[in-house]
Amino acid sequence: MSSHDTYYIPHKATWPVMATAGLMMFLAGFANYLNHSSIGSPMMMIGFAIFIVMLAGWFTLQATESESGMYSTQVGISFRMGMMWFIFSEVMFFAVFFGSLWYTRNLSVPWLGGEGIGAATKELLWPEFEAHWPTNGPAKLIKGMPTEDGEFEPMGAFGLPLLNTLILLTSGVTCTWAHHGLLAGHREQLIKGLIATVTLGFLFVAFQAFEYHEAYTEMGLTLGSGIYGSTFFMLTGFHGFHVCVGAIILSVVLFRSSKGHFKPENHFAFEAAAWYWHFVDVVWLGLFVFVYLI
Amino acid sequence: MSAVIAEHDHHDDDHAHGPEKGLLRWIVTTNHKDIGTLYLVFALTMFFVGGAMAMVIRAELFEPGLQFVEPQFFNSMTTMHALVMVFGAVMPGFVGLANWMIPMMIGAPDMALPRMNNMSFWMLVAGVLLLASTLFMEGGAPASGWTLYPPLVLQTGKALPFAIFSVHLLGISSIMGAINIIATIFNMRAPGMTLMKMPLFVWTWLITAFLLIAVMPVFAGAVTMLLTDKFFETSFFNAAGGGDPVLYQHIFWFFGHPEVYIMILPTFGVASTIIPVFARKPLFGYSSMVYATASIAFLSFIVWAHHMFTVGMPIAGELYFMYATMLIAIPTGVKVFNWTATMWKGSMTFETPMLFSIAFVVLFTLGGFTGLMMSIAPSDFQYHDTYFIVAHFHYTLVPASVFILMAAGYYWLPKWTGHMYNEKIGQLHFWLSAVSVNILFFPQHFLGLAGMPRRIPDYAVQFADWNMISSIGGFIFGASQLLFLYIVIDTVRGGTGEKVSDEVWEDAHKHGLEWTLPSPAPYHTFTTPPTVIPTEHI
Ligand code: HEM
Ligand SMILES: [Cu+2]
Repeated sequence: MSSHDTYYIPHKATWPVMATAGLMMFLAGFANYLNHSSIGSPMMMIGFAIFIVMLAGWFTLQATESESGMYSTQVGISFRMGMMWFIFSEVMFFAVFFGSLWYTRNLSVPWLGGEGIGAATKELLWPEFEAHWPTNGPAKLIKGMPTEDGEFEPMGAFGLPLLNTLILLTSGVTCTWAHHGLLAGHREQLIKGLIATVTLGFLFVAFQAFEYHEAYTEMGLTLGSGIYGSTFFMLTGFHGFHVCVGAIILSVVLFRSSKGHFKPENHFAFEAAAWYWHFVDVVWLGLFVFVYLI
Repeated sequence: MSAVIAEHDHHDDDHAHGPEKGLLRWIVTTNHKDIGTLYLVFALTMFFVGGAMAMVIRAELFEPGLQFVEPQFFNSMTTMHALVMVFGAVMPGFVGLANWMIPMMIGAPDMALPRMNNMSFWMLVAGVLLLASTLFMEGGAPASGWTLYPPLVLQTGKALPFAIFSVHLLGISSIMGAINIIATIFNMRAPGMTLMKMPLFVWTWLITAFLLIAVMPVFAGAVTMLLTDKFFETSFFNAAGGGDPVLYQHIFWFFGHPEVYIMILPTFGVASTIIPVFARKPLFGYSSMVYATASIAFLSFIVWAHHMFTVGMPIAGELYFMYATMLIAIPTGVKVFNWTATMWKGSMTFETPMLFSIAFVVLFTLGGFTGLMMSIAPSDFQYHDTYFIVAHFHYTLVPASVFILMAAGYYWLPKWTGHMYNEKIGQLHFWLSAVSVNILFFPQHFLGLAGMPRRIPDYAVQFADWNMISSIGGFIFGASQLLFLYIVIDTVRGGTGEKVSDEVWEDAHKHGLEWTLPSPAPYHTFTTPPTVIPTEHI
């Protein structure tokens, strides 16, 4: 800890308030929308626009400050810690949905089928129900409504999901390759690696969109297909959203790389984006195993 | 002992920024003291908003029968009272203290991520605004209790999505605040300020911040599932689709139990800071305090289902959660022992902060004992969802977290403002609070044991007497807090007029770096780090 005197403390911040205003407007709009109020959608759009402007402004500011050398090593460490702990909070967020999948699949669905302490539950609620997985529950929910014999087709693992696994894994490799390029001062390798990573990322998202389309139109599998549909779409949906965000962050990093930003010894934004990308990658492996494979 | 070389009056030009002028200062500020002040003022305001709701509750329960409010509104009041107090008053209060004190205690120029610091505060305001807006909506504010259990909570009217998004915003705020605190503590300590030399307040906040980052996303996930269950056809908590309402309870309490420790660990930290100063002795068992805090935090993750003993868990679950919960009493006992041992044979004086701290030790212990009673699963079948629970957690929260927030106010106000508060009125405030809080909550133990359910606007006549006594206690307690408001405003505006010294309390400089700074503390402190660290507490 030597560079204390030069710790950079910004003296005025306008973007954070704007971020708050944008997000609050967006969420209040969303809530209104869910309540079927007509001001909902416009509010959401304005909030979203404010948020995007804020993102652009704040990131530009950070990039400019970083490039003009205002951040000491110590400031860089603060940023890195911030990113690490942010990713940890994301891990916990996903853990909730993985935990719910585990709980319903291994405990509550078997209990509904009469296992263990659920014996009475079965007799009193749905004596007909035999526990199985995947399931849309004793009431055989289709689009959230009970049916007599509503069926859906679960998502297989081999096919698109496997292909997507390969895509994401490859993108992890290209991202690391880009990092090596940056460290060695080979800007061309950096840029090529990033282009590959971003492309693979968006390709993943496109395939997933295709998979969702199939599910909704061909397989009868929707958010409303009981607990299988709920866990399937929430887990893969939040993951897909994170892939989008990660790919956008990487695009920004790519743009900055093409502008000549980043030095081998100082490139926090790149590192943060790469960590985030690897995190998204690891979550996908969990998804592939627990949602698709077993 | 220490001879701290704090070159705080050394300015070069880039550092000599004063605050912005006018209202804008508070909106765009990145200064940890400004943001700390914002948090503290906000928390105090919410303390009175939540307090007003509590007055509604106690007024309705003054006598059996329905007198003032509709049952639905009554239930909204219990729900909103809890949410406002937890997320609007106690948590922000401690974040405010963290903002003000942690940089000063570890010799840092500011928080590690000042812009994010600003955003944490405003996200908090946004979250509470969304929450408060639900009071005025068709169908009323959420009335399911602060735990927001489905399926009941899904019957909320227009308020539901607003309440859910408010939880998201509050979560974002807390997580950013916590990340900032961790980065500050790990990365901004002055040379020589090793981890095991940090004041306990800093230690407890470090661990609390970890808890926050670990569990706020869990709560966010839980309410997200409520949202999709209500609006997007999912069936996480709907048995017809293969889900389970009990799943929500597991997730909620996986967050909820650590959450209660999020409110109590910084409380422990402040108590461990104040008691040694007025006992004029180093804190007894510093390192055991650190380890006890860490153990409590660890245990808090593996005991959650003690809130669910009556829900119909398998017997193995009941037993496991019962024994695991009992374990918490051990590190908690270590702490109570250490505070007592710190005071043992000390040359104690009883200024207001110390009075509140001693009351905390005694009354928190009482809350801990009832906790221990409830941790016995078969006994809890009797206590669960009665006023006994209400008594338990109010003993751990009001004469503990809230008293310690007050103590912290009295203790540090002279440092913050440069003025001395009025000790006479302070002591009056203390005695009124300490007596009335017991009139308010002690009878609730009896009510609970006799079987009065919680969250009920009306009750059988057999409960009338204790309820009336409790309500009277509540009104006195509520009114007494106006004294605190008066004292704070008075102190900010000059207080007793007496010039306070840098160390304020006798020999306080041996206990913490903040007392080596001028009173009031200058806008920027430790732009060059102090080189000698007080070692009294070791
Ligand atoms: C010795 C430590 C403690 C033990 C063994 C303990 C045990 C328990 C148990 C078993 C319950 C559930 C009772 C029921 O609903 O039937 C409970 C409820 C509660 N406890 Fe504690 N507790 C302890 C300390 C604390 C602390 C330090 C706090 C807060 C600062 C706290 C806050 C609460 C709250 C808020 C509830 C009620 C939640 C609700 O249902 O709304 N407890 N406690
Ligand atoms: Cu608990």
